[in-house]
Amino acid sequence: MPDLIDILIIIAKLGTILVVILSLAANLVLAERRMLAWIQDRQGPNRVGPQGLLQPLADLIKLVTKEDLRPAGADKWLFLLAPAMAAIPAMLTFAVVPFGSPVHLLGRVITLQVVDLNVGVLFFMALSSIAVYGITLGGWASNSKYALLGGIRGLAQLISYELVMGLSLVPVVMLTHSFSLNEIVAAQATVPFLLYQPLAFLLFFISLLAECKRTPFDIPEAESELVAGFHTEYSGLRFGLFFVGEYLNIIVLGGVAATFFLGGWHGPFLPPLVWFCAKVLAFCFVFIWTRGTLPRLRSDQLMHLCWKVLTPVALGNILCTGWWLTIKP
Amino acid sequence: MSVVKDIAAVSQGMWATWKHLFRKPLTIPYPEQKRTPPPRYRARIVLTRDPQGGERCVACYLCSAACPVDCISMQAGERENGRRYAEWFRINFSRCIFCGLCAEACPTMAIQMTPDYELCSRDIMSLLYEKEDLLIDGCGKEPEYNFYRHAGIGVVNPRGGNPDEQPPVDVRGLVP
Repeated sequence: MPDLIDILIIIAKLGTILVVILSLAANLVLAERRMLAWIQDRQGPNRVGPQGLLQPLADLIKLVTKEDLRPAGADKWLFLLAPAMAAIPAMLTFAVVPFGSPVHLLGRVITLQVVDLNVGVLFFMALSSIAVYGITLGGWASNSKYALLGGIRGLAQLISYELVMGLSLVPVVMLTHSFSLNEIVAAQATVPFLLYQPLAFLLFFISLLAECKRTPFDIPEAESELVAGFHTEYSGLRFGLFFVGEYLNIIVLGGVAATFFLGGWHGPFLPPLVWFCAKVLAFCFVFIWTRGTLPRLRSDQLMHLCWKVLTPVALGNILCTGWWLTIKP
Repeated sequence: MSVVKDIAAVSQGMWATWKHLFRKPLTIPYPEQKRTPPPRYRARIVLTRDPQGGERCVACYLCSAACPVDCISMQAGERENGRRYAEWFRINFSRCIFCGLCAEACPTMAIQMTPDYELCSRDIMSLLYEKEDLLIDGCGKEPEYNFYRHAGIGVVNPRGGNPDEQPPVDVRGLVP
């Protein structure tokens, strides 16, 4: 039976995570714009505040004060609900990610993880499946051909890459013998799984890019083809929710990837929390870097890559891992 | 192996963008830093004067005719000595595309382009430049040139006595 203080601690953890990852997502937008600018030998937004650091605030004010349009013929409730369905699963995923070693405070042990589910991996997979609905329903409810095409592409892409993502996590679970993210981190105390499973990491990273709808897999929003894809008809704060949801997804999936393959908060010399943040930010950087480099795949190339390349490789990787685990003394 | 080739291609691209990440931006923050445009840059149009201080413009309408967006208008007048001048001369800079055809068309080097490119305003009527806004005191790019030293009504010297001019040919003479 949890007492009042336990509940307060959980609420405090939730509040902290919400504030930290939301502000991080807002600043990631700025970081992305500046880094893309540097890659393209430009300056990037540097007007609002020192080095443009207040740009997220200006963007927020702009989004809040814009009119909240709803196209004629749109499915009202689904249209209003879809942005939330895109952003909330991303935030919920963070509930199972351990972001630091347990802290001893006033005679209590506070785990730096909202909840240690024993099926954490499945929880993560389930939530990333729910995120598909935000895109698909948003695209469908808009009553616009561009949005609908974007929604359909998103649906196809996310469902396909879900499979690769799941298959690339199987070797991790096989090595850990557990679905709990805490145990997975504990199993990497000495050697991160990246060194055992480089192939699984690569597959996982590619499917992460696809799950975040990032270049080279930004087919659902493909500006040059579909205006803005599934969020073409959205404006104001609802567009902002889709937008921030995308960056929340990057941060959270970066955290998940760090947990599964880079040893979570484990690391020498520095405090665990710092290590975790550094790994997440490194992932964010690689995401931005990839966006600055690679062109968009065509829809059929995407499906080809997923079903004819990544899935067989992932299955082969699972077989090899199983074989290695059975012959291991 | 195509996979190896593909991976090599992707890494090559990643390496290229990585290098550019640390390169100094090619762009400059504009209002704080300004580039000096080259002297022949085509921007704000001026009407110049000859070295003696007289107006060069003879209101021939060639600039107005050459202008592809019809942003130049004027009214010709005539002085007592028979020389033409522009009674009023107007350039609408909100229409001007700075193509330089007017300056090319001008037979007296009166209309010239300057490198002053900062022409913008919230009030569109303030971009309507009248003759007194356009006329400058200098000679612009042709400091020596005075049209009336070469040709025109009331040309300074009689025929053949002007610079770069040869005496008129005696068409009735027999010497080739």
